[in-house]
Amino acid sequence: MTATADQEIGKARLRKEDARLITGRTRWTDNFVLNGMLHLAITRSPVAHATITNIDTAAAKSMPGVLAVYTGADLADEQGSLPCAWAITPDMKAPPAPALATGTVNFAGEAVAVVLARTAYEAADAAAAIDVDYAELPVVLDMPTAIKDGADLVHPDLGTNVSAVWAFDSGEAGTGGDVEQAIADAEVLIERTYRQQRLVPAFMEPRSVVVDPTGEQYTMWSATQIPHVLRLMLALTLGVPEHKIRVIAPDVGGGFGGKLQVTPEEVITFLVARRHGKPVKYTESRTESVQSGHHGRDQIQKLTLAARRDGTVTGLKVELLADMGAYLRLVTPGVPILGAFMFNAIYKFPAYKFVCTNVFTNKTPTDAYRGAGRPEATFAIERLMDELASELGMDPMAVRERNWIKHEEFPFTTVCGIVYDSGNYEAATAKATELFDYEGLRTEQAKRRETADPVQLGIGISTFTEMCGIAPSRVLGSLNYGAGGWEHAAIRMLPSGKVEVVTGSSAHGQGHETAWSQVVADQLGVPFEDIEVIHGDTQSSPRGLDTYGSRSLTVGAIAVVKAAERVVAKARPFAAHLLECAESDLDFANGKFTVRGTETATTIQDVALAVFTAHNLPDGAEPSLDSEATYDPENFSFPHGTHLCAAEVDTETGAVQIRSYVCVDDVGTVVNPLIVDGQVHGGLAQGIAQALYEEAVHDESGTLTTATFADYLLPSAVDLPSFTTGRTETPATTNPLGVKGVGEAGTIASTPAVVNAIVDAVRHLGVSDIEMPCSPQRVWRAIQAASAATNGGAK
Amino acid sequence: MRITVTVDGTTYTDEVEPRLLLVHYLRERLGKVGTVVGCDTSNCGACTVHLNGHSVKSCSVLAVQADGAEVTTIEGIARNGRLHPVQEAFHDNHALQCGFCTPGMIMQSIDLLADDPDPDESQIRHGIEGNLCRCTGYQNIVRAVRQAAERMRPGAGPEAERITEDRSAHTVGGE
Repeated sequence: MTATADQEIGKARLRKEDARLITGRTRWTDNFVLNGMLHLAITRSPVAHATITNIDTAAAKSMPGVLAVYTGADLADEQGSLPCAWAITPDMKAPPAPALATGTVNFAGEAVAVVLARTAYEAADAAAAIDVDYAELPVVLDMPTAIKDGADLVHPDLGTNVSAVWAFDSGEAGTGGDVEQAIADAEVLIERTYRQQRLVPAFMEPRSVVVDPTGEQYTMWSATQIPHVLRLMLALTLGVPEHKIRVIAPDVGGGFGGKLQVTPEEVITFLVARRHGKPVKYTESRTESVQSGHHGRDQIQKLTLAARRDGTVTGLKVELLADMGAYLRLVTPGVPILGAFMFNAIYKFPAYKFVCTNVFTNKTPTDAYRGAGRPEATFAIERLMDELASELGMDPMAVRERNWIKHEEFPFTTVCGIVYDSGNYEAATAKATELFDYEGLRTEQAKRRETADPVQLGIGISTFTEMCGIAPSRVLGSLNYGAGGWEHAAIRMLPSGKVEVVTGSSAHGQGHETAWSQVVADQLGVPFEDIEVIHGDTQSSPRGLDTYGSRSLTVGAIAVVKAAERVVAKARPFAAHLLECAESDLDFANGKFTVRGTETATTIQDVALAVFTAHNLPDGAEPSLDSEATYDPENFSFPHGTHLCAAEVDTETGAVQIRSYVCVDDVGTVVNPLIVDGQVHGGLAQGIAQALYEEAVHDESGTLTTATFADYLLPSAVDLPSFTTGRTETPATTNPLGVKGVGEAGTIASTPAVVNAIVDAVRHLGVSDIEMPCSPQRVWRAIQAASAATNGGAK
Repeated sequence: MRITVTVDGTTYTDEVEPRLLLVHYLRERLGKVGTVVGCDTSNCGACTVHLNGHSVKSCSVLAVQADGAEVTTIEGIARNGRLHPVQEAFHDNHALQCGFCTPGMIMQSIDLLADDPDPDESQIRHGIEGNLCRCTGYQNIVRAVRQAAERMRPGAGPEAERITEDRSAHTVGGE
């Protein structure tokens, strides 16, 4: 048996996962076929707000292959209320959230009835034959209107459309000054209102669920990010003993927060399977996915930035309206709170206040979408810094530098009371500006302005940080979140020297199998190829808190490290026994226990075999190296970076073309540069898509008019540029690997970089804002409006 | 209706409903679950297969339309355990993350290279425009297709689907 000598961490290992995925040997939930399996189809509300006056299921019931039809009334006694795990305030208003509507529907796409049939085609036919009568109610869509006195109500029983108001004030918290005073004393005030449009997570694999009620446990396969949380929540929601439920997340085709949910469809499938005693499958269509799967963002941000004329920011006030949609899903109310501590970003603001009003509307519920709260915060502050620079006639990078935390000032406690452990904004910025040719592009920009070129050039900056690796359990507790933030791992040394690593964090594209193998290879000194990573099944991976918030490496992989350390510690007395020396005389490196100062050695794999046979072990020793660990992080991780975007704007058509995009990200120690670059690329694509393309649009009746990929503009390869990525490495000081999260960084950083570039291109024409997505029409209109204003309406 | 279709080299004869989509025939009747469904509007391309050597979105083809045809799926392009050069390039360039779009993306890329064995970046981007990926931002996919083009010279397409041991492909699973 050989031990690897060179370090695995930092290697651009090709992924283990690929072998199956590129050949079609996949295990998507919709692939599962069980004996006697039946199929579900769901009838959904076409209206946004109505009382259900009648449901006629007679025709559907008589159709070929149909076994049963259920309405909300049929499941009302069993279905409970879909869980919300984050009561952000003690008096938060949370309406009952039935899986299958009972009495009223509150958004278009809400499930109203369900058909069980022998085939999926038969189920779909019958679902279309269900006749539902609706008495329509007033539709609540606009947040500012919804919070006015006398407004129509989404949930009349609550008496208001406001779910909760949550505030943080640095003056009251003792973490900073009084923001109202800062505003009163300001030499410059920048007041802006920005809108974060509604987005669709749009994972490529539609959600699918299979429930097998045969056997001692109910087994659920689901296209979910959260098998462990889902199991617990099903138990709590349905009153089924937790140990009688097994949840498996097999291959999962992307999530981006969109599969961080306990869905109506999972509950319905579970209940119908239980009732019939047969395996049942439900797979959504894309339209159902876009209507019923939760959406992201949808905030209105009212911002007040106070500063001195030298560019020093003296305070920031943030007043948010956050659209919950019709119901509170798993972490819906907490999403804005995840951004609350990030508006101050990389800057040393002395005073800060944040007030968020969570509002119900008759729309699809919102919840986590890649970045969850932090993209909104980053967009707001990075746009404001550009506006401040413009107001003061300063270079936008200079304004940022004046305010950002200097490298030598880390660790730094922010105005929110959060401790940033490490960072080097100077280094990332220096590298990015060099890769970008910042000065050269500014020169070209000046020339184009001078010559009144119809195609103008703009430069957008985003010097971002974010808090991820969610999260220290104690912090989550203080925010009244319903669970902790630890992660679990177990390691088993097999007799043949192979290693099984069990992780509670389950991948859906992130490459855990490869990255965890690299981490374990270094810890145990066993070959990368000899390591198998097991995840995504509550039976084989019994403990975990799953995958979201860029937490897998910074929390999950640290649990793996801790478990590996315990394997080595357990192996040590056995190695000493086998080598006939004292434990204190042994060194462990590269998979080998060596008697110090000699060539006498044994590998950890040999020790594993000796422990398996147990023929010759110390008296009374337990014959096992198996170890596990649960790791609770002491802090978040704070990746950062400098993103620079050059955009060409055709002032005659409003068309935007990204000419170059450079980002230098600092995610601490890099385990696998290939995977890190891939995460950044994908993150950028989603952030750029928010800036330029995507928006979930409801018409005045509350119908989602972008419920297909023909209408919701998911960017294709021609819609995106090639990115230049660079890195600086400032290791985290709060975990033993020095790693920081990377999964959300690109999405968080890129949106303001793009919008800043567009605004910069046309600012000299009088434009200071363009609402997202910056479609050609919106850009053109902004230019026209500005030109009309500057010409006194003469145009 | 009775259809006879050759899929990945095996000939099947089946009774099918006239409305049955080719993708559902492949997945549910033949167990070819490597080919997947990602949307209802033929926008995403996840279901792309080759019908008589050319890429089609199998959600937009009826099974009966494939009667008498030869269909190749992602499960039929490796030969004797050796990957197709495009599969190999996707692995080598980290051109996939969750992998759900990958079968369709690979099948479309093979078709693209059959039409144009030496595409530049812009031609590749346009050639895969009908296939959506939410994970990669396309950068590494473009790189992979470019590298596959270099490896496959001269020519690809239907011939490339019948590559034999002489092609310098390697198996996956570690470096």
